[in-house]
Amino acid sequence: MLEIKNLHASVEGGREILKGVSLSVKPGEVHAIMGPNGSGKSTLAGILAGRPGYTITQGAVTYQGQDLLAMSPEDRARAGIFLAFQYPVEIPGVNNMYFLRMALNAIHRAKGEPELDAGQFLKTVRAKLKLLEIEDDLLQRAVNVGFSGGEKKRNEIFQMAMLEPRLAILDETDSGLDIDALRLVSNGINKLRAPDRSVVMITHYQRLLDYVAPDFVHVLSEGRIVRSGDKSLAAELEKTGYVGVGA
Amino acid sequence: MTDTAQALVGDGYKYGFVTDIESDTAPPGLNEDTVRFVSAQKGEPEWLLEWRLGAYRRWQKMTEPKWANVQFPPIDYQAASYYSAPKQKAGPKSLDEVDPELLKTYAKLGIPLHERAALAGVAVDAVFDSVSVATTFKDKLGELGIIFCSFGEAVREHGELVKQYLGSVVPQGDNFYSALNSAVFSDGSFVYVPPGVRCPMELSTYFRINAAKTGQFERTLVIADKGAYVSYLEGCTAPQRDENQLHAAVVELIALDDAQIKYSTVQNWYPGDAEGKGGIYNFVTKRGACRGARSKISWTQVETGSAITWKYPGCLLEGDDSVGEFYSVAVTNNRQQADTGTKMIHLGRNTRSTIISKGISAGKGQNTYRGLVRVQPKAANARNYTQCDSLLIGDRCGAHTVPYIEVRNPSATVEHEATTSKISEDQMFYCRSRGLSQEDALGLIVNGFCKEVLKELPMEFAVEAQKLLSVSLEGSVG
Ligand SMILES: Nc1ncnc2c1ncn2[C@@H]1O[C@H](COP(=O)(O)OP(=O)(O)O)[C@@H](O)[C@H]1O
Ligand SMILES: [Mg+2]
Repeated sequence: MLEIKNLHASVEGGREILKGVSLSVKPGEVHAIMGPNGSGKSTLAGILAGRPGYTITQGAVTYQGQDLLAMSPEDRARAGIFLAFQYPVEIPGVNNMYFLRMALNAIHRAKGEPELDAGQFLKTVRAKLKLLEIEDDLLQRAVNVGFSGGEKKRNEIFQMAMLEPRLAILDETDSGLDIDALRLVSNGINKLRAPDRSVVMITHYQRLLDYVAPDFVHVLSEGRIVRSGDKSLAAELEKTGYVGVGA
Repeated sequence: MTDTAQALVGDGYKYGFVTDIESDTAPPGLNEDTVRFVSAQKGEPEWLLEWRLGAYRRWQKMTEPKWANVQFPPIDYQAASYYSAPKQKAGPKSLDEVDPELLKTYAKLGIPLHERAALAGVAVDAVFDSVSVATTFKDKLGELGIIFCSFGEAVREHGELVKQYLGSVVPQGDNFYSALNSAVFSDGSFVYVPPGVRCPMELSTYFRINAAKTGQFERTLVIADKGAYVSYLEGCTAPQRDENQLHAAVVELIALDDAQIKYSTVQNWYPGDAEGKGGIYNFVTKRGACRGARSKISWTQVETGSAITWKYPGCLLEGDDSVGEFYSVAVTNNRQQADTGTKMIHLGRNTRSTIISKGISAGKGQNTYRGLVRVQPKAANARNYTQCDSLLIGDRCGAHTVPYIEVRNPSATVEHEATTSKISEDQMFYCRSRGLSQEDALGLIVNGFCKEVLKELPMEFAVEAQKLLSVSLEGSVG
């Protein structure tokens, strides 16, 4: 599904943020990436989704056999990559529901599938809303404008549920959520789990992993993956902190 | 974005074609004989010829306004032709008499003139170069006593109304261009809605400049009698030509007691090419008089075309409790320049005005909002709210806000808010990461920015306007 090989990336000004990241994600797997603040987690997520502003100095990323780094952000989305933003962006004046429908139709068109008509779209929306216990009212507001932190995160997961990606990258989707919201969001992620779908969860806390059991856990530190293991690595981290695992 | 709009992107200016049609065109130049020629061509009564000559004499003593934030080489007013009309039997009686080439042109522009094919609920007056070529749904409107016809026909059939109101809102000598228009205006639209009648359909004029080296000077007069309501739309396009062409229109609106006029414009004159060659100079005077108590006039404009736009649709709030509104989107891309805004003149008591202006600049475009809010001594409790937002795309364009506020009554409340923002890379990336193309992402963000204005447009126009915004910003990112 996703193959990251020795990825080096720097930002404008030349500072290197990722210093040789390698990661292999197979269909159906859930990977958790943990690591201290500033270790490069969001940078990695951004690069996978095509965020501009980074220079790849070394390494390669293939996604479903394609050279991912050569694709535009929209082509990546259309090929099934979804990034749940750590800080979702506000778009004033653009109706949340309208935005979602444009996104869904863009992806459908790219796949050669028919666009959903208003009725079908609404039906799907209703089903997914219920799943995440999102208020109807949220759909009629402008994208992320005036949303609380928790609402923004739930809206990201709602988008994910609607767009049904192949590879979902969740950047600290759990932070800032209270326990009920965390349960809903986790439920949303678990519902999406399927043999042909993969999830990369970036998180700070063990907490999320209690709800969404990962197949693998990696620790990212100063732009490198310093430890990889199974779910027990997260528990170890909880006890010893990042320093204890060599980060 | 819809497929149609998708098809537009990459096409550049899609209305740039020229119709091959025989025309009667006056030789270039402007003098009293030109004025007499135009008047004679239209078979006008003596009073109107005199009125035109009066305007011409005033114009000769006037100079072009220089205060606007626009730059252009001097215009040679003697080099242009002041009259061009497609050759056809004078005044077609029905659509069957209209030259098929003309009908084809309008079909190509998406304006079907055949009533059965026409947009449901929209009556159209089509003005081609200097003359009105067809007006649809006239009979149906006639049953309600609504007059909707070309200006020329109004002069012939409803001379008294025209005489009563012409120049009563925009005096001939108001400015250089209004004086010029008053001298040589060729045609335009006329609307009269009788007392208590709510016009059941949108009335619309579609302006098209076709001939080369001509100016277009149309005149629009809309009168809503007591308690009447009318919504009027105006659209315009021109062929793609290397030389600049002048468009100097005058629009006058009159709302009597309890009447309401909603006037919407989607202006898409040829803007010139990316280097600033060619394009229309759109120097237009539009003003509405809320003459009656509790009357209301709303201007909504989406200005995407023209090389230079110079227009300030305003309201004279004469009647007590009258209301003026101005909603504007102005886009400047490449080398376009726009200096536009409004004038709200509060004269009556408890008069209210709202101004919402959205300026979008891309490429090397220069966009200026210039607005006047004046509260006269008798306008007790007048209220104005102004909001001016500018959006910059790229870093070679400019946005400027020039508000003039003159308050001569202490009980007035005047509020002004202004913001300037840049289109954010984060917003673009967020949209694209959800599968939207760059163009769609930009269109979406820009349309969101303009939402408060677009929602004021009638449905059919709002959709058009949204597409147009996306198209006119083509090539401004990436
Ligand atoms: N565009 C940028 N310009 C400069 N520095 C950046 C940029 N993006 C990220 N960084 C820096 O890179 C490091 C990693 O950031 P980030 O990937 O956001 O970390 P994390 O998500 O793990 O907290 C930080 O030190 C951050 O300041
Ligand atoms: Mg981060």
